Amino acid sequence: MKTPMTPLAIGACTVSSALGCGLAAQHDALRHGRGGLRPNDFGSAPRLGWIGRVDGVEAVALPAGLAAWDCRNNRLAWLGLQQDGFLDRVHAARARYGAHRVALLLGTSTASIGATEEAYRRLDADGRFPVDLRRPALHAPDSLTAFAAAALGLEGPCLTISTACSSSAKVFASAARLLALGLADAAVVGGVDSLCDNVLFGFNALELIAPAGCRPFDADRDGISIGEAAGFALLERLDAAPDAPRLLGYGEASDAWHMSSPHPDGHGAELALDAALARAGLDATRVDYVNLHGTASRQNDAMEAALVGRRFPAHARASSTKGYTGHTLGAAGIVEATIALQAIEHGFVPGNLGAATPDPACGPQFAWEGESRQVDVALSNSFGFGGNNACLIFGRAA
Amino acid sequence: MNALQLHVEGIGLWSPRLGDFAALRALLAGDSPSAPAAPAAALLPANERRRAPESVRLAVEVAGQALAMSGRDPTTLACVFASAHGDQAITDAICSTLARAPAELSPTRFHHSVHNAPAGYWTIATGCRAPSSAVCAGARTFGAALLEAATQALAERRPVLLACYDIAGHGPLLEMTACTHAFGCALLLAPEAGATTLATLRLQTSTNHAASTPLPATLVAEAQGNPAGVALELLAPLAGNGGRCRLAIAPALDLLVDVERIA
Repeated sequence: MKTPMTPLAIGACTVSSALGCGLAAQHDALRHGRGGLRPNDFGSAPRLGWIGRVDGVEAVALPAGLAAWDCRNNRLAWLGLQQDGFLDRVHAARARYGAHRVALLLGTSTASIGATEEAYRRLDADGRFPVDLRRPALHAPDSLTAFAAAALGLEGPCLTISTACSSSAKVFASAARLLALGLADAAVVGGVDSLCDNVLFGFNALELIAPAGCRPFDADRDGISIGEAAGFALLERLDAAPDAPRLLGYGEASDAWHMSSPHPDGHGAELALDAALARAGLDATRVDYVNLHGTASRQNDAMEAALVGRRFPAHARASSTKGYTGHTLGAAGIVEATIALQAIEHGFVPGNLGAATPDPACGPQFAWEGESRQVDVALSNSFGFGGNNACLIFGRAA
Repeated sequence: MNALQLHVEGIGLWSPRLGDFAALRALLAGDSPSAPAAPAAALLPANERRRAPESVRLAVEVAGQALAMSGRDPTTLACVFASAHGDQAITDAICSTLARAPAELSPTRFHHSVHNAPAGYWTIATGCRAPSSAVCAGARTFGAALLEAATQALAERRPVLLACYDIAGHGPLLEMTACTHAFGCALLLAPEAGATTLATLRLQTSTNHAASTPLPATLVAEAQGNPAGVALELLAPLAGNGGRCRLAIAPALDLLVDVERIA
């Protein structure tokens, strides 16, 4: 059995999604029940479903020294790093600990594949990439992390985790292990995924895209809405930020079931939940808020509603926020980690936007409307293709 | 910082020249091992093996070799799958389709395109419900993934299977990835020494440039043309009489690995 972990401080965090740039924009949208989805106005025809698009990404200019990294995904990453004073917090950590003692672990599902798609649309007469896109580092799945390492001037352990939609939840687990073993004194974690044809047409081919905005846990839900987002957090030991909210536990597990469908009984999801609770030294009755994976696919939501019903007491609150942001894929873990952290900070549980007719399989835990209440412990679920499950537990400073 | 100590219980290897770890030992002993057949990936059920992408077959082949050597139970074995480029054949095919007729994108090809497809196939085929991960770090993928697997093994006191592989590049993307041939390897790493221990590794991070044991001349070409080929820096002392290797884990940070052969 897993023994409790030493909690870590979330010294800083930030998020940018279809709800706007920065934590305040996200909280304001959640508080007022204002979703960020819109009819798809991105990429190649035909227009598929609705999307959660970040305004202003196209206008972002990278600093001259980072120009070789230019692409939509890295523009979104750079936009995200500017918010909430996050860059200053990283610079302070770098000054305090030394650049090689700050690890960088980011999650992404498709990184800058949008740039590779563009190169294939504009192959030259010899069938080669166009000259302006002959940048090998951009056409590799670690491009986000390599860009961020250069942008932040970090020289510690550096890794991209790409386990589809659990990617930027699992980075918290890897960072916690590096700190526990003394291989780093702090870690920047997070994730970025941006809109691209690959995911829009790919999920369309799987018949998983809803014709209008997604409706998590609605009885008639009909698929997901793809979104894009960038989010980051700075993990430190408690003595560096004793009043900051905390990472209390993490859990990871595999379904051993199917490449693109969750286990119907939620075995892997429940193993991840159990591991996270064990590391936090808590039982499920202590959890005040659960941010669900809740993609609005038929299968995920059926599995997850049953899991909530059998594991959490009626007084706990649970909601999916994909109706606000869309499914931001490899960035979903960090986006929803910041939502869980804001639930603790503001004493507010976001409502499960988009479910006009709640699925009767959902129990009394579901927060169909936003609700003010004290949240001391908040949990976030993230599940990915290939049956890859992660669960994070956050808590208030003791 | 004290060195992190880990124990190797299994080693897998596949390249067009070397079909397993025994072939590497034979090569270093002066023999000429015969070229292997395509990766068999025998752990996959036959129908899965037929439709599995090339990267999955390579990853499952080397992971299966390391698992078999260790005798471990795969159902509770954590695993880390690492590749600098993912499945380049699928990326090439998807980008070609998206450029030509995006609505014709194949759903199977799309779900095979995720970086954790080998981890997914592996956990499904072996009934593994332990944590599984999929990682990358460009040219430093093997070193960074070894550190990730080592920290899992040591922080959580459990054995971890690490597989690192890249297939050859395809289409216009090949000029960017410069992957000229396939290479895959796997290590089964345990936090405690035991009856099946083959070697002990002592890992420490380093910002200076201490010397490492030079790669045998016969492996220099083998180590190039594929990002996973840097693993030969570690596989060579494992196959020989131990030694020290240096693996990059970040642009300005290396992992120094001291290898002590046990069996």
